[in-house]
Amino acid sequence: MKLTAQEVEYVAHLARLEITPQEKEKFTAQLNDILLYIDKLNELDTKGVEPMSHAIGVTNAFREDNVVESIGTEKTLANAPDARGEFFRVPKVIE
Amino acid sequence: MELYQSTIHELQDKIKEGKTTATEITCSVLQRIDAVEEKVHSYIRVLKEEALAAATDADKEIKKGNIKPLSGIPVALKDIVCTKGLPTTCGSHILHNFVPPYDATVVEKLRAAGAIFIGKANMDEFAMGSSTETSYFGPTRNPWDLERIPGGSSGGSAAAVAADECIASIGSDTGGSIRQPAALCGIVGMKPTYGRVSRFGLIAFASSLDQIGPFTKDVEDCAIMMNVLAGYDPKESTSVNVEVPDYRQFVGKDIQGWKVGIPKEYFVEGIDPEVKAAIEAAIKTMEKCGAQSVEISLPHTQYCLAVYYIIAPAEASSNLARYDGVKYGFRAAGGDLLDMYRKTRMRGFGAEVKRRIMIGTYALSAGYYDAYYKKASQVRALIKRDFEDAFKKCDVILTPTTPTPAFKIGEKTDNPLQMYLSDIFTISTNLAGIPGISLPCGFTKSGLPIGVQFLAGHFQEGKLIQVASAYERKAQVEKRRPGL
Amino acid sequence: MEFEAVIGLEVHAQMLTDTKIFCNCSTKFGAAPNSHTCPVCLGMPGVLPVLNKKVVEYAMKMALATNCKINPTCEFARKNYFYPDLPKGYQISQYAYPLAEHGYVELEVNGGKKKIGITRIHMEEDAGKLLHDEHNPVSYVDLNRTGVPLIEIVSEPDIRSSEEAADYLKRLHEILVYLEICDGNMEEGSFRCDANVSIRPKGQKEFGTRTELKNMNSFRNVQRALEYEIKRQQYIVENGGAIVQETRLWDDAQGATNSMRGKEEAHDYRYFPDPDLVPVIVDAAWIDKIRVDMPELPQAKRERFISEYQISAYDAGVLTADKALAQYYEEVVAICAKPKQAANWLMGDVMKFLNEDKKTIRDCPIAAASLAEMINLIDAGTISGKMAKDIAEEMYRSGKKPQEVIAEKGMVQITDEAALAKTISSIIDANPQQLADYRAGKEKLFGYFVGQAMKATQGKANPQIVNDLLKKMLAGK
Repeated sequence: MKLTAQEVEYVAHLARLEITPQEKEKFTAQLNDILLYIDKLNELDTKGVEPMSHAIGVTNAFREDNVVESIGTEKTLANAPDARGEFFRVPKVIE
Repeated sequence: MELYQSTIHELQDKIKEGKTTATEITCSVLQRIDAVEEKVHSYIRVLKEEALAAATDADKEIKKGNIKPLSGIPVALKDIVCTKGLPTTCGSHILHNFVPPYDATVVEKLRAAGAIFIGKANMDEFAMGSSTETSYFGPTRNPWDLERIPGGSSGGSAAAVAADECIASIGSDTGGSIRQPAALCGIVGMKPTYGRVSRFGLIAFASSLDQIGPFTKDVEDCAIMMNVLAGYDPKESTSVNVEVPDYRQFVGKDIQGWKVGIPKEYFVEGIDPEVKAAIEAAIKTMEKCGAQSVEISLPHTQYCLAVYYIIAPAEASSNLARYDGVKYGFRAAGGDLLDMYRKTRMRGFGAEVKRRIMIGTYALSAGYYDAYYKKASQVRALIKRDFEDAFKKCDVILTPTTPTPAFKIGEKTDNPLQMYLSDIFTISTNLAGIPGISLPCGFTKSGLPIGVQFLAGHFQEGKLIQVASAYERKAQVEKRRPGL
Repeated sequence: MEFEAVIGLEVHAQMLTDTKIFCNCSTKFGAAPNSHTCPVCLGMPGVLPVLNKKVVEYAMKMALATNCKINPTCEFARKNYFYPDLPKGYQISQYAYPLAEHGYVELEVNGGKKKIGITRIHMEEDAGKLLHDEHNPVSYVDLNRTGVPLIEIVSEPDIRSSEEAADYLKRLHEILVYLEICDGNMEEGSFRCDANVSIRPKGQKEFGTRTELKNMNSFRNVQRALEYEIKRQQYIVENGGAIVQETRLWDDAQGATNSMRGKEEAHDYRYFPDPDLVPVIVDAAWIDKIRVDMPELPQAKRERFISEYQISAYDAGVLTADKALAQYYEEVVAICAKPKQAANWLMGDVMKFLNEDKKTIRDCPIAAASLAEMINLIDAGTISGKMAKDIAEEMYRSGKKPQEVIAEKGMVQITDEAALAKTISSIIDANPQQLADYRAGKEKLFGYFVGQAMKATQGKANPQIVNDLLKKMLAGK
């Protein structure tokens, strides 16, 4: 096992996903299968290989500092599940 | 022949000759949708009123002689591209009620080209899947066999074209999500070079792999669609400012003397014998076209899937963090903020999306980044190099698009890894950022379509159109229609 | 045992661009909630960031001003965490490849100089604002600030006291404002500071366990918080306790730092290169272009003022604390060529007027040329220093030139000896008793006669001439 049920729980917390005990069990098994498969990569020596994060080598994509009118409060809040006045409203942060 | 069965270029000719109108075409397609949509379920939403209104406007323009490349052509949009004022769900519960206040750049371009948006097509939730079974709105069925999947994730877009529920459609391809369903539905699908078509307004799955492309009924239509879609977009940093040729000029050109690379690693294991036979026949057809087949090697092929299943979920885990119940979409009731977050995401996402978020989060988490994400990014560089080396020896590469024809609904839902393997021939393209096209190359005995895939170097979409068009003309694959 | 503090500071400075770092929304402070927003900064599905070039150029200026090495390639990374003020669920920042590294700022410490190392300067986006409801279990989110451009300046743990920390911050603040890349407004959050602090026995090389201090929104509070925290840590160590690595919030009213205990979880930000943004390549030509545009920096200006104008280090410090003040001063000196008088007038009366009105030199109604002329008039003896004080005040109130004020009020100094002699003569005649007493040895009555003379001339008499004449005439010469 590469990944324990506790780790699955930790990862679920990082990802803000509530998971049921059944899901935890299922995910643990499935993720282990996938990770085991991914282990294949360790057959390869990649020392000195520059990691590739872009498919095409574009650089210096910039924008000029010109203001464009914003969409406005009404449109900003139009999709909000909960809004009050000019604000998005969320349950209190208890941590 | 019914209008809905036509290609773009056929309809364009008719419009120009005054033999039909945008309204007639749109009505024809809407009637077809009425007839078959219940069986196929290509759409999350059919835009009947909007399409009819757009057709009326189009006809006014046409009357004035203002005929654009897609005037009066009903086009379906995968529900992953944002449409201003029209719900865009990405196949997910978490976005079931989201109405974007903006259009994707491709939507603007298509509209400017005269296209009529006929519907928002079904898809795997957040494009994560190879079968369109993970959609919150239920699966799409393969028009050739309703018991089978149409492929995915752009299964709705592919099925809509195959079932004549639109003339052409838009999909997105992160690991094969255009080419694989195109193959399984017996139509043409192209994934352009990364950076060729704007991603602005395309809901992100894996940003470094995602690319928008067209589904069409033939190669010429693919060229017409690419003429509209391709081009630099200042709203996207990874958009590439390279001149866009007229892709239509490549249609019908011969490929005399071309070298067609056959990667030996793609013909080793797990290919369905009927698919294998069809591909071998395709290679022979290429030779009849005057091309020469050469064996090439893409030595890191066996690692592509592993690399993909780190990079794509890692990027996805971050891209999907914005679905938190605060600004838009679904929110579950919860006591405090943390509780709301966790419940919203638990109920808002389906199992496959959660699985990938989990893999991706794990691969990026403290202590594992180097072993997974960095390692995968390094191997990705090696895979890209494989293609660069290969294209020194050949003009294009030919492979099967998929290892098997369409499988049955439910067959692989409980085995994610098996499901992932259906993308084995398409994933490397996205990792390397090169373009690829899939087109029909025959049928199995039971009548399921088989696709052949051509790949070319960066920004060589023209070459793909040229080779695919030459193949299409020479092979004369039987023109069948699904028996709906 | 004697302890020393080890302090490192992280400063966030808001770049003074018109638009946000990755979209075209305005950065203006104080707009209606959620009105400076667009799909990009709201983190709506499918939208993409495009980098504001000016942010890079501003950050490069700061890098050059703090002697940093600008990396030929830098890239943006995503810092992943969930919070309602962070619409995308990640902050776009820089991680493995920041814009600039390995710089320093020089402080003056006990007459000598000390370098505080700068680890790195990177660009990032700001988060939104969360307002907590006092009565209900809800919070409100305003995303206007989301995507406002910031640079983060991270120092080496080279700072050894709260005074040094405050001094370092003032230097950074001054440079940012001089470069005109940050308004430096601490109340509005344009300049913010977090601190890492630990203590260790003097002479020990290893660092102690550190705490992170947040929520200090003024120079003074940074200093107070650090002083408190150093004492707190010392007390714990001296009593055999151990410092817990944690984040602590400064409570201004309480004058203490408090643990955020429980509010924090193990940070696992899952940084990775942002696939939506491309590398920024900075070549030598670009750096040169930025360098040419750089203004003279405060420290260089101070040193030049001392040597060029022969003023004290203190005066040079005051005059260069504000770039506009320094510029004003140089304009005055350029006309009147009297650097010391110019410094005195500026730092004295002019600053007093401005401070009373809570204005800065930018709003000063006295034109630099007018102040210079006034100094010239004093030097020429046309007006007295005392008259000048009144004239200056009138210039400040009305914005008029000195000659105008003088003409209006007829304030030209009387230097006509014959006329003054006549006035003094009549004063002496009118005060026979005082004259007798003076002549009998009561010399302090001299002042009485000066006062009478000034009164008779409404203060316009040249005091030197009055003095000379009185001495002669009282002696009966």
